[in-house]
Amino acid sequence: MNVKIHSPAPGKEFDPARRSFLSAAAAAAGVALAPGVFLYGVGAPGPAAARNLDEAVTSVVRWGMLIDTNRCESGCNECVTACGTENGLQGHGRPATDAQWIRKVDIRDPATGYSKSLPMMCQHCADPPCVDVCPTGASFKRADGIVLVDKHSCIGCRYCISACPYKARSFVHEALEDQKTHAPRGKGTVEGCTMCVHRVDEGREPACVEACNDTGGGAMLFGDLNDPKSEISKRVATYATQQIRADLGLDPGVRYRGL
Amino acid sequence: MPRRSKASTSRAAIALVLLTLAGLAAVAFAADQDDTTGRVPYPVIAQGQGENCVEDTEFMRRNHMDLLLHQRDDTVFEGIRGKRHSLRECIDCHAVAGADSIPITVTSPEHFCRSCHDYAAVTIDCFQCHASRPEQDVVAEARK
Repeated sequence: MNVKIHSPAPGKEFDPARRSFLSAAAAAAGVALAPGVFLYGVGAPGPAAARNLDEAVTSVVRWGMLIDTNRCESGCNECVTACGTENGLQGHGRPATDAQWIRKVDIRDPATGYSKSLPMMCQHCADPPCVDVCPTGASFKRADGIVLVDKHSCIGCRYCISACPYKARSFVHEALEDQKTHAPRGKGTVEGCTMCVHRVDEGREPACVEACNDTGGGAMLFGDLNDPKSEISKRVATYATQQIRADLGLDPGVRYRGL
Repeated sequence: MPRRSKASTSRAAIALVLLTLAGLAAVAFAADQDDTTGRVPYPVIAQGQGENCVEDTEFMRRNHMDLLLHQRDDTVFEGIRGKRHSLRECIDCHAVAGADSIPITVTSPEHFCRSCHDYAAVTIDCFQCHASRPEQDVVAEARK
């Protein structure tokens, strides 16, 4: 049998000493940042750490999600509904072109009949192909790992839609009115899951995660993949998780468990 | 043509400058009065809420677009959500109530942004994506 061993690219060898130094530096930076940072919102602090909204996001954090497919029911649609409500996505009865930031996918192994259900949305890749192909720089990755579309510079060419292996992006075909203030969207631009960036900036978790934990199966977990103390980091360190189409080397920020 | 003295020429020049200034002042006065009855139409600019705007009114008239552009890029790319110069704050504060006391959208000529931009013949595309009035469920919540 021919076994292929994938070795890291030259110059990208894993160096544990360097990694531990970096995380120590990040921890130190976190402590130093703490004074002057005000806690936004009330109640128990969410998974998203409080941040001074007058300061730019940094790559100290990398937002990600862990989806436990063992808890994801096939018929449950709570995350999709919550996304639509939160971001004001109204359908026009045309499933082929209606905006779809998150969708439920049912998969089945034809050989065994083993089936799973999972939510699929923008995977917020570390190396997003949508950003690579965008001719205007409208498709971009924020420093904290959230992949977004700057609709001010989007020309609606839809290269990013073609480039995305997850079919995560939609195009707005109709003129819109009374959009949500926190989610501006308009005809002629491409859009996709923003990981509810407006909520994340306020220290809250995305609407789909909240809905899944409130009324769904509690399959979704949101958090900082860079913080070794975060719940998501602990879980991805403990359990076998996988990125969808990991072979493409895009390093998605959304991980799945139990596939 | 009679020869003019240097002094009379400069006096005429001063008079001309004064007349021009008076004319400009009259125009400015008329603009402040929002005079719609005269020969020249002026936009009806609705009053915003509160005492004053985030910046001086004169400054805002000339520079609001630069402030918005700056804030927009800061917010989209860097997540800086200071509210001072955001479009959301403009919309919330300058909402104009319609006949049914619900804030009007930019489809109405009395909309705060539109009234002036129509007058100045400036086409803006902000409201193709952004809501042109405060979020209705938020407004309803505040009224309770």
